Amino acid sequence: MWHIITTSAPQILAAGLKYTIPISIVSFVIGLIIALFTALIRLSQRKGAFIIIKAIARFYVWLFRSTPLLVQLFIVYFGLPYLKIQGVFPNGIQMAPVAAGILTFSLNTGAYCSETIRASILSIPHGQWEAAYSIGMTRPVILRRIILPQALRVSLPPLSNSFISLVKDTSLAASITIVEMFEVSQQIAAQNYQPLVMYSLVAVFYALFCSVLSWLQGYLEKVTSRYVTPIN
Amino acid sequence: MLRVENLNKTFGDKKALNNISAAFPEKQTTVIVGPSGSGKSTLIRSLNFLERPESGHYYFDDQDIDLSKRVDNKTILGVRRRTEMVFQGYNLFPHLSVLQNVMEGPIQVLKKNKREAAEEAHELLAKVGLAEKADVYPTQLSGGQAQRVAIARSLAMHPEYIFLDEPTSALDPELELEVLKVLLQIANEEQSMIIVTHNMAFAQQVANKMIFVEDGQILFDGPVKEFFNTDNQRIVDFISAMTFKNI
Ligand SMILES: Nc1ncnc2c1ncn2[C@@H]1O[C@H](COP(=O)(O)OP(=O)(O)OP(=O)(O)O)[C@@H](O)[C@H]1O
Ligand SMILES: [Mg+2]
Repeated sequence: MWHIITTSAPQILAAGLKYTIPISIVSFVIGLIIALFTALIRLSQRKGAFIIIKAIARFYVWLFRSTPLLVQLFIVYFGLPYLKIQGVFPNGIQMAPVAAGILTFSLNTGAYCSETIRASILSIPHGQWEAAYSIGMTRPVILRRIILPQALRVSLPPLSNSFISLVKDTSLAASITIVEMFEVSQQIAAQNYQPLVMYSLVAVFYALFCSVLSWLQGYLEKVTSRYVTPIN
Repeated sequence: MLRVENLNKTFGDKKALNNISAAFPEKQTTVIVGPSGSGKSTLIRSLNFLERPESGHYYFDDQDIDLSKRVDNKTILGVRRRTEMVFQGYNLFPHLSVLQNVMEGPIQVLKKNKREAAEEAHELLAKVGLAEKADVYPTQLSGGQAQRVAIARSLAMHPEYIFLDEPTSALDPELELEVLKVLLQIANEEQSMIIVTHNMAFAQQVANKMIFVEDGQILFDGPVKEFFNTDNQRIVDFISAMTFKNI
C-alpha cells in the first residue's frame, strides 16, 4: 500500500502542477476581471443604450449561475464545434481542451464573483460616496480610491470561497479530456484496482491546495483589515 | 456669493423645501436652525448637489444654474470643487490614515504632488490640534477628533464655502467644545461657512447671519442679533426650548 502511494503520488502531483493549479489560477484571475466589469456595469447609473449592456450582464450572470458547470463544459467543448456560422465560424468553434476549460471556468466563476463584488460595493455606507463627491471626485475616482479598496476587504471571504470551489471544480475538466489530477487518479485506479486509495490520495491533494488558499485568505484578511479596530 | 431662489424639493408627498430663497454672504458664517424635520439638511445638501431640488435657481457668483433642467456633471463637479461638506457622521475614509484622508482630495482632485499635499495636510492637522494623529486610522479617533479631521480634510480643498450639517450633534459636550473652538477659529479667518446646528450658544457666537426654517419654509432670515432679540413668538419659543429656559 505504501508502495502504491509513493509511486502514484508523484504522478498525481505532476498533473496538479501541470493542469489543476495553472487552470485554477488563470481561470480565477480572468474570472475576477470579468466579475469586476460585470459588477460595475450592473451598478452603473448610465441610461440610454447602456441599458442593453446592463441587460446582457444580467443575462450572463443568470445563465452561468442557473446551469450546471459540467453542462457548461460540455456545451463549450463538445457543443460549440457544431455552431457553424457562415462567414464567421464556417467550421464551428473548435477549442483545445485546456482553452475550453479555462474559458468555461472563467465565465462560471466570473458570474459568481460578480455578485460578490456587486454586493460588497453596495455594502459600503453611502456616506463614503457623499464625502468623496463633496471633495469633488468623479465616480471612477471614487470607485478606485474609496469604494473598491473597502469593498475588497468585505469581499475577501466570499471570493476565497469561490476560488476554493473553483480548484475543486477543475476536477470536472477530466470530462473534457484534460488529464488533470482526478483524471490521473482514475487512470491509475483502473490499472491497480485500488479506487479507495487512489481517490483518497487525490482528495488529499485537493485538500492540500485548498488549505494553502485558506491560509492565503487569512493572510490577506489580516493585511486588508489593518484599519479596522479589532473587536474585543 | 452663493444664493438660491425658489428651491422646491418633495419627498413623496412631503414638501421638504417649499419655495426657499436665501443668500449666503461670503466671508461670513450663516447658521441655519429650525425644528427637526424642517428641511435644514435638505437645504444644505442641495447646495452641494447631494440632494436635487425639482426646481429653483442656484447662483454662484455670476453662474446661474436652473435646477428644473438637467444639470450636467461638469457644472456639479465645478460647484463641488468650490464647496465642501462636513457631515454629522464624519464620513472619514476608514481605509486611509488620518493624513491620507486629508491628502486624498488635493492629490486626486487638485492634482497636487504628494510632498506638497502631505506638507499642507500636516499643517492643517496641527491647526485642528491633531498633529500627533497623522498616522493613525480613523477608527482610532474619538468623535471629536474624527470631526476635526473631517474639517481639516475640507480645508485642504481650499473651498470657497464649507457646509456643515450638525457637525457636533453626535458628540458629548466636552468633545463638542473641541470642534466648536476649531470652527470659531475658522470663522474668524473669514472662511465662508453655512452651519446647521442645534447649539444656540454656539450659533450666537459664530453666526453673522441666521436662517430659521420650519416646514420647508424660511421664517427668519437676518442678522444674528436680530434673531436672538426677535419678538416673533414662534422663534422665541424655539430658542427657549433649545436652551432649556423654561424647563
Ligand atoms: N431621503 C428622504 N426620503 C424621504 N423623506 C425624506 C428624505 N430626506 C428627508 N426627508 C423628509 O424631508 C423632511 C425634511 O428633512 P430634513 O432631513 O431636511 O430635516 P432636518 O431639518 O435636517 O431635520 P433634523 O433636524 O432632524 O436633521 C422631513 O420630513 C424628512 O422626513
Ligand atoms: Mg438634518
